[in-house]
Amino acid sequence: MSKDTIAAIKENVIQGRKTQEDVGIDDTLAGTPGVMELMEQALEDNISPQSIITEGLTAGMEVVGEKFSSKEYFIPDMLASAEAVGAAMDVLKPVLEKAKVETKGRFAIATVKGDIHDIGKNIVAILLKGAGYEVHDLGIDVPAEKIVEFVREEKPGYLGLSALLTTTMTEMGVVIGALKESSLRNSVKVLIGGAAVSDEFAREIGADAYCADAFSAVRALDSYQKAS
Amino acid sequence: MPEDTINLIRENVIQGRITKDDEGMDEGMVGQPGVTELVEQALAEGLSIQDVITEGLSGGMDIVGQKFEAGEYFIPDMLASAEAVGAAMEMLQPRLAKSGIKTKGTVLVATVKDDLHDIGKNIVSILLRGAGYVVKDLGNNIDTQVIVDAVREEKPQFLGLSALLTSTMARMGEIIQALEENGLRHQVKVIIGGAPVSE
Amino acid sequence: MARQGILVDRPYERLTGEQVQLIHQSSMDILRDPGLISFNKEAVEVLDGHGAVIESVAGDHRSWKVSLPEQVVVEALKSAPRTVKLGARNPDNTVVMHGDEPKVYLITGSETNIWLDVDFPTYVHKSDPAREIKVPEFKPRRGTVEDLCQSARVCEHLEMVDGFIRNVNIQDRDITEQNKDVNKYFASLNNNTKHFMSGLTSLDQLDNVVRMAELIAGGEKALEDNPIISFITCLVKSPLQLVQDTTDTFIAVCRRGLPVAVSSSPQAGTTAPIKEAGIMAQINAEVLAGITLGQLVKPGTPVLYGSVPVRARMDTLNDSYGAIETSQYNIDCVQMARFYGIPNYSTSGVCDSKIPGQQSSVERLFSDIVVAMAGPQYLHCAFGLLDCNSVFCLLQAVLDDAHFRMIEFLLRQPRIDQAEMEVVLKQIRTVAATPQKLYINYIRPVLRSGELSGIYPFEGSGEADQVFELAHERMQELLAMPVEHIDRETTARIFEEVPGILPRLNVYEREN
Repeated sequence: MSKDTIAAIKENVIQGRKTQEDVGIDDTLAGTPGVMELMEQALEDNISPQSIITEGLTAGMEVVGEKFSSKEYFIPDMLASAEAVGAAMDVLKPVLEKAKVETKGRFAIATVKGDIHDIGKNIVAILLKGAGYEVHDLGIDVPAEKIVEFVREEKPGYLGLSALLTTTMTEMGVVIGALKESSLRNSVKVLIGGAAVSDEFAREIGADAYCADAFSAVRALDSYQKAS
Repeated sequence: MPEDTINLIRENVIQGRITKDDEGMDEGMVGQPGVTELVEQALAEGLSIQDVITEGLSGGMDIVGQKFEAGEYFIPDMLASAEAVGAAMEMLQPRLAKSGIKTKGTVLVATVKDDLHDIGKNIVSILLRGAGYVVKDLGNNIDTQVIVDAVREEKPQFLGLSALLTSTMARMGEIIQALEENGLRHQVKVIIGGAPVSE
Repeated sequence: MARQGILVDRPYERLTGEQVQLIHQSSMDILRDPGLISFNKEAVEVLDGHGAVIESVAGDHRSWKVSLPEQVVVEALKSAPRTVKLGARNPDNTVVMHGDEPKVYLITGSETNIWLDVDFPTYVHKSDPAREIKVPEFKPRRGTVEDLCQSARVCEHLEMVDGFIRNVNIQDRDITEQNKDVNKYFASLNNNTKHFMSGLTSLDQLDNVVRMAELIAGGEKALEDNPIISFITCLVKSPLQLVQDTTDTFIAVCRRGLPVAVSSSPQAGTTAPIKEAGIMAQINAEVLAGITLGQLVKPGTPVLYGSVPVRARMDTLNDSYGAIETSQYNIDCVQMARFYGIPNYSTSGVCDSKIPGQQSSVERLFSDIVVAMAGPQYLHCAFGLLDCNSVFCLLQAVLDDAHFRMIEFLLRQPRIDQAEMEVVLKQIRTVAATPQKLYINYIRPVLRSGELSGIYPFEGSGEADQVFELAHERMQELLAMPVEHIDRETTARIFEEVPGILPRLNVYEREN
C-alpha cells in the first residue's frame, strides 16, 4: 500500500490540502485524509523519508509549478500546496535528522529595521519551505546586529532581506556592511526583495540577488543549489 | 461720419449681431444698432454699396474666419455672423443690379427625396449667404424632377445636395444622372454633403 | 429560460422627483403649444380622431399643426405595456423587460457605411534594427452583407451582448433598395440566435420581412408569442416634427403588433435647446408623442421609450457623443422612462474617436458605465461603433465586450448578510491567531466560483501594450466558431417565399 500513500500525498499536495478538513482545488477529495494525515500513515508504514519527499511532496510541487505556469493555478493555490509541503517537512525534520539526510539548505529571512511590512516576506517563507528549504523567519523590524548574530550562530546558507519602504531600504545596505565587518559576508548569499528595491539597488549595496517576486527567490536558491 | 458706420458694420458682423436686440460676443451691446440698422443708416448716408460689402460685411467675415481658424470662435459664433451678413445682403440685393455689382453666384440647395434632415443644408445656406452667394433653398424631401426643373429655370452656378441617411444617399447619383439626361450637367457644379457620404 | 440582464438595484438618478414632474409637465405644455408639425397625413387623421387639435399650415398642403392636449397623451400612455418581451431564435436568448425594473440588457447598435479592417504591419526601430514592433493599421471600406454576417456571428459568441441591432449598411453591388431589407434581416437572423432589431429601408419590404420572421418562429401566432424581430423608427424629427416616411413605417409596424422603439435624437444646441432643461422637456415630449400615436393606432403595441439625445460639438456642429452632457441627458431619459413605467431604449458607448485607441476606450467606457448605472432596460451600447456611429470596427466590438464584463461585475449587488458575515468573522479570528496573518487560504474557495473579477483580458506581457494584438486574436477565434444557422428546411421555405435574398447567403446551397 506504500505506493498508494505516496501517490495520495502527491495528489493532496497538488490539491493544496494540508489536513482532511481542507477543501482543495475542487471537492473531489473532500473528507479524505490530507497531507498531514497521510504523512502519519506513511511513517507508520515505514516508507522512507526520501521517497516521501521526492515522489510525494516534491513531485506534487512540480505539478503545481507547471499548473501555475500554464495559468491554471493562481498564487493562492500555489501557497496552499507550499503550506502543505512545509507542514509535512516539519513532521519529517526529526526523522531526517536521525537519518542524517540533508535538506536543501537553511534560509533566514527578515524584514529590516524600521519596516513592519511582512506579507512579501511571509509568502517567500511559505514557498521556500514548500520547496524543501529549512526556513527561519526572524520577523519584522529586525535590527542589523540581530541578523548578524543569527548568521554567526546558525550559519544559514542564504539570507533574505525584505523592505517595502524607500525610507527603510537603505537598512539593507547597513546589514550587508555589518556582515562584512563581522567577516561573515562570504558565508551567506544575500537576497533582497520588496516594492522599493531593484536590481540596480542590489548591485549598489552589494547583495547577491534581487528577487522581483516570491518565485524568483525560489529560482535563485535553486540555481545556487545546482551550482554548488 | 460715414467711415464710422462701415467700421461699426464690420464690428457688428464680428460680434454676430443682426439687430439692436442681439447680444453679441461682448457684454453691454444690447440696444445699440446691429448690422441691419447700420446698413440702413449707411444707405441713408449715401455710402457706396461696394464699400459696405467689401469693407463692412466681407471685412468682418474675414476676421470671423480667422478667429474660427484660431479656435477662438466656434461654429455658433460663425453662424451668427453669417446670418447678419446674409440679412444685410438681402437688404442690398435690389440695389446690386442697379449699381452693376456682381454677386459671387447663385447656389441651389436641397435635401434629396425621402430625406427630411435639413440641419446641415440650413447651415450651409446660412454660411453661403454670409459669404456673399445668392442661395435658393428648395427645402427637404425634394423630388429629383423638381431639382432638375429648378436647375433649368434658375440656372444656378452651383447645386448643393444633402442627405443624412444611408438609404437616401443613393438619390444623389440619380439626380446627377437626371441632370445629364437633360443636358444640364455641364452648366452646374454639383456639391454633395451629409453624414453618410464621402469623397 | 431567458437572458439574465444586469439588475441595478439602486440606479443612479440625477433628477429629483420635483424635476421629473417639472419635465413631465413642461413636455405636456410643449405638446399642446407649440404642438407638433406633422408631415404625415395618416398620423394627423389618427390623432384628430382622438381629441388632438389640428390646424392646416398656411400655403403648405403637406403639413399640419397638431396640438395634443395632456389628456390625450395620458390616456394613450395607459395602454402602453409595462412589460415588453423581445423573443429570439434560441429561446434562451429571450429578453423580457419591465418598465419599472432597472435591469439592463446590452444590445449592439446603429448602422454604419464604413467597415474598418485592421492589420498589424511590423516596424523596425531606426537606430536599432533588431527591435521590431507591430502597430495596428486601420483601413476603411464600404460595408458588405458578408461583414454583417461576420458581425452577427461575433455578437452571437460575445456572452455579454444580449441582442443584435444590424450594424453595417450593406452596400454590395447586388444590393438594391428593394432587396436591402430582406438581405439584412436574413444575414442577421441566420448568423445569430439573439433578438434582432433593425430599421426598415423600404416600407414595401415589411411584409417580406415579417413573413421571414414568421417562417423562422413557426407561424404568425408563434411570432406574436416569440417576437424574434423588432423595429426602430425615428418618427419624430427634432424639434417636434412627425416626418412622413418613418411615421408611415411606424404606423404599419404598430398595426402588426411587433415591438418597436420610438426614438428621438435631438441635438442640444441645434435641434434642441442647449440647456439640459430644454432638451429634456423636448425629447420627452417627442418620445411621448410617438408612443401616443402608436397606442392610438393599436392599443397595447409594445413600445420602447427610445432616447438618443446628444450634444452638438461646437467646432463642427456634428453630434458629440463624447460630450459629458450626452451621458447626462441619457441618464435623465432613463429616469423619465421609468417614471412612465415604459421600458427604455438608451444609448451609451458611442464615441467621437475615429479609430480604436485610447480616446475611444475612455469615451466609450465612461458613458457605458454611467448610463448602465442608471438602469435602462435596453442599452444600445454602440458595440464596435466609432466616429459618432459612422464607422464599425469588429476589433472594437471585441474590446467592448471585455468592458461590458467589467461593468456587469461593477453593478453586482453587494453580498453582505448575516450568514456571509459569520463566515468572514470566523476567518478574521482564525487569521488573527496565526503568525503569518494572511487570508490567502480563504481565496481558494471563491477563486473559481465567478465571485472575483478577472484581470484585463488583453494585458500584454511585461511592459508591452498588446491590447489590439490580443483582442485581434480573440476576434479571429470568435469568427472561427460555428453558429447555429436556420435549419435547412426553413431556409428552403424562406428562399421560396421571400423574394430578393441573395443566393450566396444560403449556407446549404454553398455546401453543395
